[in-house]
Amino acid sequence: MRMFSRGLHSLSIVTAVALTGSFALVFFYAPNDADQGFIQKIFYLHVPMAIVALGGFVAGAWYAIRYLRTRDRAYDLRSYVAIHLSIILGLGVLATGSIWAKASWGHWWVWDEPTLVSFLIVFLLFCTYQPLRFSIEDPERQARYAAVFAIVGGAFVPINFLAVRLAEALTHPRVLSATGGSMPGSMRLTFLVSLVSMTLLFVTLWKYELLSKQVSAQLRTLRRRLGDDGSVPAARPS
Amino acid sequence: MPALPLDDAGPYVAGAYLVFLGLILAYVAIMAGKLARIAREIDALSSLPEPPGPDARPAPAVHAPAADAEVRA
Repeated sequence: MRMFSRGLHSLSIVTAVALTGSFALVFFYAPNDADQGFIQKIFYLHVPMAIVALGGFVAGAWYAIRYLRTRDRAYDLRSYVAIHLSIILGLGVLATGSIWAKASWGHWWVWDEPTLVSFLIVFLLFCTYQPLRFSIEDPERQARYAAVFAIVGGAFVPINFLAVRLAEALTHPRVLSATGGSMPGSMRLTFLVSLVSMTLLFVTLWKYELLSKQVSAQLRTLRRRLGDDGSVPAARPS
Repeated sequence: MPALPLDDAGPYVAGAYLVFLGLILAYVAIMAGKLARIAREIDALSSLPEPPGPDARPAPAVHAPAADAEVRA
């Protein structure tokens, strides 16, 4: 249990401070965009969330590779939790992106835009990870199949990114360009702080969920030791 | 594209940040529920009687290695 709980308290505090700081920078430091005005403030939430979500899918694939190489179930657990959290962040990316699209383009969704559709494909691909995983009862097979799925899905992320780069941009701007999106220094600093704080949030929640899963596993082990039926006696009223 | 005036853009920006906050809060609430269930089970296990006498073979310590960490939804 100590493996996942180490430094969690201080990490939580750092994350809370970083998130508060990034929101303060967004609303009190970064100037309004000359083109889009105040609505561009969504950028500091939407883009870091998208980058961290995609990074989480890749991390899930990385841990899946480690699992297949070592057969250490801790890597399988790490892969599962990274993908689970990335799906949640992905939902946030789609929701905030739709709100921004409605405000800027007048539509909640634009099917012609490769950036939007490619992200949706990656998101939906990983949405099938959990049903696939839990449709397999044997834990060993479950972990192995889930690892293969995570690796294939994770490999899809950079391929998708390159494909979008090569495709013609219609409405969605390309943010990670060689010119850094032509952002002035204050905007770039705010964006980087937002990206760091979103990464910290991901790592903190990842560690919390890992800890929760590990404690649950220990409880199941205890229950198995207590009786063959695996039942825990009801708590006595105090 | 022309910039939206602050009055029009404000609700959209607030909506986006509230969606993010709502997602995180929902996640934390679900995690808190799971942790509460774990705490109840630990209470139930703690209320079990002590093993009889010093001659009884001590139960091995329960530190389930990560290798046992079977993933459950």
